[in-house]
Amino acid sequence: MTTHYLVLSALLFAIGGVGVLVRRNAIVVFMCVELMLNACNLAFVTFARQNGNLDGQLIAFFVMIVAAAEVVIGLAIIVTIFRTRRSASVDDVSLLKY
Amino acid sequence: MGESITFWVLAVVSVIAALGLVFSRRAVYSALMLGVVMLSLAVLYAVQDAPFLAAVQIIVYTGAVMMLFLFVLMLVGVDSSDSLVETIKGQRFWAIVGGLGFAVLLAAGIGNAVVGPAKGLAAATQAGNVPSLAELIFTRHVFAFEVTSALLITAALGAMVLAHRERAEAKPTQKDLSRQRFVAFGRTGKNPAPLPGPGTYARHNAIDMPALLPDGSVSPLSVNRYIARYEESQGILPPEVARVLEQEEAAQQRAAGHTNGHSTPTVAEEARDGGPDTEPMDEEGVVAGRVVRPRGESVRESLSEEDGK
Amino acid sequence: MEPAEIIQHSGGAIGAAWLMIALPLVGAAVLLLGGRRTDKFGHLLGVLMAVASFVVAALSFAQLLGFAPGERRRGIELYDFIPGLAKVGLLVDPLSISFCLLITFVGSLIHIYSIGYMAHDPNRRRFFAYLNLFVAAMLLLVLADNYVALFVGWEGVGLASYLLIGFWQHKPSAATAAKKAFIVNRVGDFGLLIGIFTIFATFHTLAFNDVLANADKASSGTLTAIGLLLLVGACGKSAQLPLQSWLLDAMEGPTPVSALIHAATMVTAGVYLIVRSGPIFQGAETAQLVVTIVGVATLLAGAIIGTAKDDIKKALAGSTMSQIGYMVLAAGIGPAGYAFAIAHLITHGFFKADMFLGAGSVMHAMNDEVDMRKYGALRKVMPVTFVTFLIGYLAIIGFPLLSGYFTKDGIIETAMEHNAILGWLAVLGAGITGFYMSRLVFMTFFGAKRWEPTAHPHESPAVMTWPLIILSVGAIGLGAFLVLGNRFMTFLSPAVGAPEEMPSFHPFSLTGLVTLALVAIGAAFAWVKYGRAEVPAVAPRGSFLTVFARRDLYGDALNEALFMRPGQWLTRLAVFFDNRGVDGLVNGLAAGIGGTSGRLRRVQTGFVRSYALSIFLGAAVLAGAWLVVGNL
Repeated sequence: MTTHYLVLSALLFAIGGVGVLVRRNAIVVFMCVELMLNACNLAFVTFARQNGNLDGQLIAFFVMIVAAAEVVIGLAIIVTIFRTRRSASVDDVSLLKY
Repeated sequence: MGESITFWVLAVVSVIAALGLVFSRRAVYSALMLGVVMLSLAVLYAVQDAPFLAAVQIIVYTGAVMMLFLFVLMLVGVDSSDSLVETIKGQRFWAIVGGLGFAVLLAAGIGNAVVGPAKGLAAATQAGNVPSLAELIFTRHVFAFEVTSALLITAALGAMVLAHRERAEAKPTQKDLSRQRFVAFGRTGKNPAPLPGPGTYARHNAIDMPALLPDGSVSPLSVNRYIARYEESQGILPPEVARVLEQEEAAQQRAAGHTNGHSTPTVAEEARDGGPDTEPMDEEGVVAGRVVRPRGESVRESLSEEDGK
Repeated sequence: MEPAEIIQHSGGAIGAAWLMIALPLVGAAVLLLGGRRTDKFGHLLGVLMAVASFVVAALSFAQLLGFAPGERRRGIELYDFIPGLAKVGLLVDPLSISFCLLITFVGSLIHIYSIGYMAHDPNRRRFFAYLNLFVAAMLLLVLADNYVALFVGWEGVGLASYLLIGFWQHKPSAATAAKKAFIVNRVGDFGLLIGIFTIFATFHTLAFNDVLANADKASSGTLTAIGLLLLVGACGKSAQLPLQSWLLDAMEGPTPVSALIHAATMVTAGVYLIVRSGPIFQGAETAQLVVTIVGVATLLAGAIIGTAKDDIKKALAGSTMSQIGYMVLAAGIGPAGYAFAIAHLITHGFFKADMFLGAGSVMHAMNDEVDMRKYGALRKVMPVTFVTFLIGYLAIIGFPLLSGYFTKDGIIETAMEHNAILGWLAVLGAGITGFYMSRLVFMTFFGAKRWEPTAHPHESPAVMTWPLIILSVGAIGLGAFLVLGNRFMTFLSPAVGAPEEMPSFHPFSLTGLVTLALVAIGAAFAWVKYGRAEVPAVAPRGSFLTVFARRDLYGDALNEALFMRPGQWLTRLAVFFDNRGVDGLVNGLAAGIGGTSGRLRRVQTGFVRSYALSIFLGAAVLAGAWLVVGNL
């Protein structure tokens, strides 16, 4: 059963990764990042049960806290960029190049 | 057996939702899909002897983080939809290759790393899940826990700093705005008074009901163009409104013929443009279907922008 | 007889010998730094400094005569120039004091003459500043007691010569001539420098006293090398073959400059160097032989050039080359010739300066015309110039009892005793001298008037004629005074040594008679061709020999073919190599890196998603690698 959870976690993580790469809307990209984090959390929780150790759940808990902080800051940045550039596309923010 | 059923159902749901998150054109749908995935995962946590995390997942993620996402979506434009045409050469192909590769590799690697049945958490959580976790958090990991509090405070402050914008000039008072309106009236003849609301002298004051002039005819100033367009497309436009709009259109064409080459908008144009838009909203106004304008922009800017449209 | 020891000296006029150098140097500094403010009195200050220098020299000479002959070498220590390596000191001995007297006396006269000659030049002050600078440098050259200070003076006179040849730098020919003189002199200076280096490497000192006293301890090969290198330096400065080409062009300078620098003093520095370094040459017979050959070749070459020149100054310049050739010949013979070399140098300083100044006087009268074909019959218009010039002329061709008769015949006699071939060639040179000097005099002062219509010749002012008169007095009597009774040889012997047996003067020796006859034939031939016959206003095309002489014996052509053209090719090759080779390599490397970077930087698209993709793929590869390694 554990293997099933892990495969699901890997699937979700890969889907999130592809989403980050193919979507241009910064908010959706963010959501995909969250999806990847959640996939990781699933793996942690699964391993916690597999190994009979609560530390996995603990780490998942911390991941959630960090993810919350990250979302707050990330979204603030998106709002700021949108305010100045009238766009939420990650491709439009491409001034830092050759 | 019960766990298997739960898992298979939720696994299918969450994978489909995740795919939907990635491939739906509208950000709002993506957000809803993400909510589905998170709720599914919360249940899976609960199934895996992690009731506390399941609760936190629902409260923090689905409750707070997702709401934040939705707020920002509202701010940025809830109806904005991506075009799914890829602009960077090879990006999509390689992304899918990488994603598949990752999925296969992780599944193969981590999935095969597990040997033997699960130990279960019964031994680790003799005092119950939450007290055991609490014991860990407040003893062994207390320093990390305190640091996360600092992190959260910093994040909150950072978000405030980032989202805050200094006002470059004094906020116009009601007096200033009134003066501006009359200056505009003197210069271009733009009506300084509020436009007539819907339904004045009419049988009822629904938003689609134009105001009636004293002679009983429809006031073109009060016709909501969005609704009129919708009704026209549905074929349910009231004939008196249609008549008024036709007259107005004819007058505009005449005016356009006369004022060809002039950039100053005529009263009629002014009325046509400003009328229905300005009618139902306040200064920072929200109109259904339009992108929400961020707060804090000066009125002058928003007015001129509106004039230009 | 060996040279005497040097005695350290202080006090008296000799102790103040440094004033000789310092006074004109101060004059030059004041005139150059003072600018236009000194225009009013600049020429007077220049003359004053030159005369004051002469007074110091004369007083030093008087004091020197007060010592016994064996104590007449006085060294004066000034200061440590390079501690432990070169002390700067002056050496006042019969040789240097002779030069000092010549330089300051003739120099003073030429300063005075220049007041009149340069009266109308707006830059007269600058001219006197340069003249003073020259006098100071020349005195440093002859008074130095070591090779370093000598070299400083050597370069100083080179600089002054460059400045004065190019004094009228608005004339391209003058500017070119100045550069040519400078560059050719540089070749000689390199020889001298390397010679000095070799001396230091051999003797570990540069003081004349230590070097020359120990000269016999060095191997003859080393001495030959040093001698030849010093000879190269002497050739450059004294316009000897093969570095003679600059002297004729140097006549572009004002005539007093030609008289002072390019006739009387600076060009004789080479002779001074050879005589001063006598012990080195005496230890190296090959070097001595080369010196004598160079001397004879130059005396003939200069004479031949002199026969074909129509430019009065260039004819005189050829004569100068030739006369210095005599001196170098004598200096190469050894102690027997030193006294005659220096004596001829001094008398030549007088009569050649006399003739150059006379030529300047003629040019002054003829609107700066230098072509002798446009002179003629000037003897009546310019009597003083004519008479003084005539005296100089008679002195140089060796007319009996005048200066040149004693000194030049002395050289010829000594050369004859030393080596008969050299002697007879010197006699031949004397004959040619008789011809070309007579030609010069006849074309200038005799015959019909061939003046330009604008020319109104007149006698020069007293300030110019008096120096001529004084110099011509020297040209008459100095030779007899110096040579008769071996007076000068005895005087010089403490400084340069003397032959075992003092030569005795035979007025009617065979060589002397043959010389006189040849000179007479040359003069008569010149009278037939230029005195009696009509002189064409435009030079006839002439025979091959004439053209050969007129072209300076193809010296310039040779220089161009041998050095200039290969130099230009080499330069072009170097430029090509630098542009294509070195620069090509460097630029190619830079362009290659730049081009690669320019293409590579396109990877930085600015699209975050591209970067994220590369991270993602990298992570996938890492995961794959980890999986593979973990399963091994």
